[in-house]
Amino acid sequence: MPPNRITIKDHTAEANLFARRSIIALVIVSVLLGILISNLYYLQVTRFNDYQTRSNGNRIKVLPVAPNRGLIYDRNGVLLAENRPIFSLELIPEQIDDLDETLSKLKTLLGVNEQNLEHFNRELKSKRRFKPVSLINRMTQEQVAKFSVNQHHFIGVSVEARLKRFYRYADALTHLVGYVAKINKRDLQKLAESGEEANYAATYDIGKQGVEKYHEKRLHGQVGYQEVEVNSRGRIIRTLKFEPPIPGQDIILNIDINLQLKVQEALADKRGSVVVLDPKSGGVLALFSNPSYDPNLFVHGISNKEYNYLLNSKDKPLINRATQGQYPPASTVKPALALIGLDEEVITEASRVFDSGTYKLKNVAHTWRDWYRWGHGWVNVTHAIEISCDIFFYDLSYRLGIDSISDGMAKFGFGEYTGIDLYEESDGNMPSRGWKRARHNQPWYIGDTISVGIGQGYWTSTPLQLALSVSALVNRGKNHVPQIIRGHKTNNGDVIYPTKDSMPIIIKNNKNWDVVLDAMYGVVNRPRGGAYKAFRNTHYVSAGKTGTAQLVAIAEDEKYDAEKIAAHHRDNAMYVGFAPYENPELVISVALENAGGGGSNAAPIARQIMDYYFPKPEEPEHVAK
Amino acid sequence: MLRNNLNSNKQTTLQKIHIDGWLLCGLLMLMGVGLAVIYSAGGQDIDLIKRQLIRLAFAILVMIVVAQIPPLAYRRLSIHFYVIGIAMLVAVLVVGTIGKGAQRWLDLGFMRFQPSEIMKLAVPMMVAWYISRFNLPPRFRHTFMAFVLVIVPTLLIAKQPDLGTSLLIASSGIFVIFLAGLSWKLVFGFISVVSAFAPVMWFFLMQDYQKQRVLTFLNPETDPLGSGYHIIQSQIAIGSGGLQGKGFLQGTQSQLEFLPERHTDFIFSVFSEEFGLFGILALLTLYLFIIIRGMIISMRTQEAYSKLLAGSITLTFFVYVFVNMGMVSGILPVVGVPLPLISYGGTSMVTLLAGFGILMAISTQKRLMLRE
Repeated sequence: MPPNRITIKDHTAEANLFARRSIIALVIVSVLLGILISNLYYLQVTRFNDYQTRSNGNRIKVLPVAPNRGLIYDRNGVLLAENRPIFSLELIPEQIDDLDETLSKLKTLLGVNEQNLEHFNRELKSKRRFKPVSLINRMTQEQVAKFSVNQHHFIGVSVEARLKRFYRYADALTHLVGYVAKINKRDLQKLAESGEEANYAATYDIGKQGVEKYHEKRLHGQVGYQEVEVNSRGRIIRTLKFEPPIPGQDIILNIDINLQLKVQEALADKRGSVVVLDPKSGGVLALFSNPSYDPNLFVHGISNKEYNYLLNSKDKPLINRATQGQYPPASTVKPALALIGLDEEVITEASRVFDSGTYKLKNVAHTWRDWYRWGHGWVNVTHAIEISCDIFFYDLSYRLGIDSISDGMAKFGFGEYTGIDLYEESDGNMPSRGWKRARHNQPWYIGDTISVGIGQGYWTSTPLQLALSVSALVNRGKNHVPQIIRGHKTNNGDVIYPTKDSMPIIIKNNKNWDVVLDAMYGVVNRPRGGAYKAFRNTHYVSAGKTGTAQLVAIAEDEKYDAEKIAAHHRDNAMYVGFAPYENPELVISVALENAGGGGSNAAPIARQIMDYYFPKPEEPEHVAK
Repeated sequence: MLRNNLNSNKQTTLQKIHIDGWLLCGLLMLMGVGLAVIYSAGGQDIDLIKRQLIRLAFAILVMIVVAQIPPLAYRRLSIHFYVIGIAMLVAVLVVGTIGKGAQRWLDLGFMRFQPSEIMKLAVPMMVAWYISRFNLPPRFRHTFMAFVLVIVPTLLIAKQPDLGTSLLIASSGIFVIFLAGLSWKLVFGFISVVSAFAPVMWFFLMQDYQKQRVLTFLNPETDPLGSGYHIIQSQIAIGSGGLQGKGFLQGTQSQLEFLPERHTDFIFSVFSEEFGLFGILALLTLYLFIIIRGMIISMRTQEAYSKLLAGSITLTFFVYVFVNMGMVSGILPVVGVPLPLISYGGTSMVTLLAGFGILMAISTQKRLMLRE
């Protein structure tokens, strides 16, 4: 460039211009810095709390921690339901890039079977993508070892150890203790309705049947929380706070497991049920329904095949016959009927009826027969109960009328839920005029009353109701609600719950109790008694009543199936009893389906159980309680 | 003390090697802060620090070398730089290598090179050279020509596309024209033109991803897990730092990796989270110190070319700082501009320190120039 151009430049003017512009530039810089700082002030001071909250929201996650489920003990401290560690293989779908490939690789490594896969696919559909889905529920030691070695190949797949319920007595306690199984949609809905959802945030299993279901609240406990710091990928960096869960209560049942096992053994392969109550407290000492099944199957998710087998078996193992089976009570209710007759003064201790073998009513074409074709001749109430005379009770029921029978038997609990701590219970049916009108839209006929007089006709009851009615007799009206739960364990020893009293039965003349109980004594201890043979030579004194029901009916929800009924056509054998006669310690109710006569089939079972419960003094292995 | 030495004939060691003590001091302090923040943001990775140290050492070396060259030589070479730069930009568009969705690189066989870096210095040099040939303030004709010199490389770079760099290059050229005495009529006219040009940019020049950035900038919460994620997490980091910050290595947003691009473009968020508003004010003071020192150098210089170039380099440095801080705190859209001297990364650091080298050459060699 030519040097003369520079010489003609006005350096001073240029310098001034430049200085002015520089200062303007610095002013603009200051303004921009001001904007920047005021925005930072807004973020860091004005909205500090907001952003601090969001920053913590990013990094802090609250994880629920499931409480350990309470254990279940029998009355002598024997563990019935416990928690055992189980290893399961879990996949978090969200974290797995290629699910199909991962599954096929796991298949070759661990040998995943079709059943597992089917179960997995079903669960996959119903769960959120970031929730773990289990592929193998119970891993063998070998599977755990194999996977641990190859774990780095499987992102999003992990072995989880968790406590699972285990029922060591398996099918002996199924209908009583019940079982837990995976929480399903319906359970979730119920939990949401009762506001318990948060408490189950980390819980996998919930009580589905029996004590496990009824006492769910006690057994479950209170959820705990772990506050953790996570990074942007959700990995847990450290635990900030831990609020431990409160474990569920360890509960104690009134059940005596040895007695329960004895009951199971006594029933062997017979379809039916046995209830043993402590009349002093209402405590359920044993309750068994046969056939049973292994509840542990349900804990780990029962397969469709196994479930269908249980569901469709003609023996109906899923039903708790002791509380849900509705049978005609037959002659087992004669003592209670007699008591009402005596108290209503339609009969006296001495009044007699002539039993010719048949019974007829005026203007009724039907002839009712005694089970003993030739008749028993003149019988009074004691005699009638001992030999289970039908004609006497036809006459008694005719005199009482259905209204008195219905009202009286309702006081013994027939047609009502017993209030036992099980949800699986039926109320049976105590027929009445109103009931027949409502149910069949028919008037009550006098003939209907006659059948009810021997515990048949429209009358059905559960074996538990029968046991409870006997308990009411031996307690002379002051009865207790049957309870399976006895108490719970604490650090300071066991807490035993008080008994629950039911509405007492008040009669005009308390001597009538003695008449009826004496007749039941006669059934067992006098040679003409219906259970005399079955209880010969016992070293304890018991009393009872046999029953033989001519109908076949087991459960309310069973469909009527003519072909099957034809095959199951024999009578139901029933027996109710108590012992010792003075100051009874147990009440027992036995109901066997299609087994024949009660005296020869049900009574011997009751005896086996009583023999066990009251051991002879010289047998040291059965130490009396 | 330094100033006294400058006025006397006695020269300090630093002056002998043409280094401005004040600037060097400020730059080194910022680099020190940068290393500390990278250490925190990179998850205490010492290898990351080593690599950055090597880059810094190389960049300082470049600065010292550049400082040795007399400003007159730059003035003479301005046009050569510019022409070579333009040629390479065209070459990039034709045969350039694509990386990260943009065509910015020129593969020279032995190394990959980003020609836009050259233009960061070539554009202000060229414009300063052109405009200082005439009496200042420039006439309209000369102003127009100067703008053409700015717009051509700006558009070429915007086309790559590299919005951040084209923005910086445009500003560096415009600063020269502004300092040279751009008439106020034209300043306001220019602002009107830019406003009018914005829709044209939107519809014809901007790529989809750039449009998305602008939309996200206007309302990041519309897509909190997608395009809005960066800015939301960045604002959470800054905001949760509060006045005092969470403490060095204690920033949860950065340490737990919620913040993206932690040691590069979003390093200011890490700094803000851990050191708070007080830390930011201290950091801004350091930057302002360098800017004021740069403006002092520019004002003290007698010669117009050097004056304009020094002013432009200094103000462009401020634009770097402002755009980066503005984008991570949410007052500017996210364009990929690193925080100068702090962010981890190589190429731009070298260019930046080369610019400071020129500034130092201007500062220490004015006597030689006057003698000429």
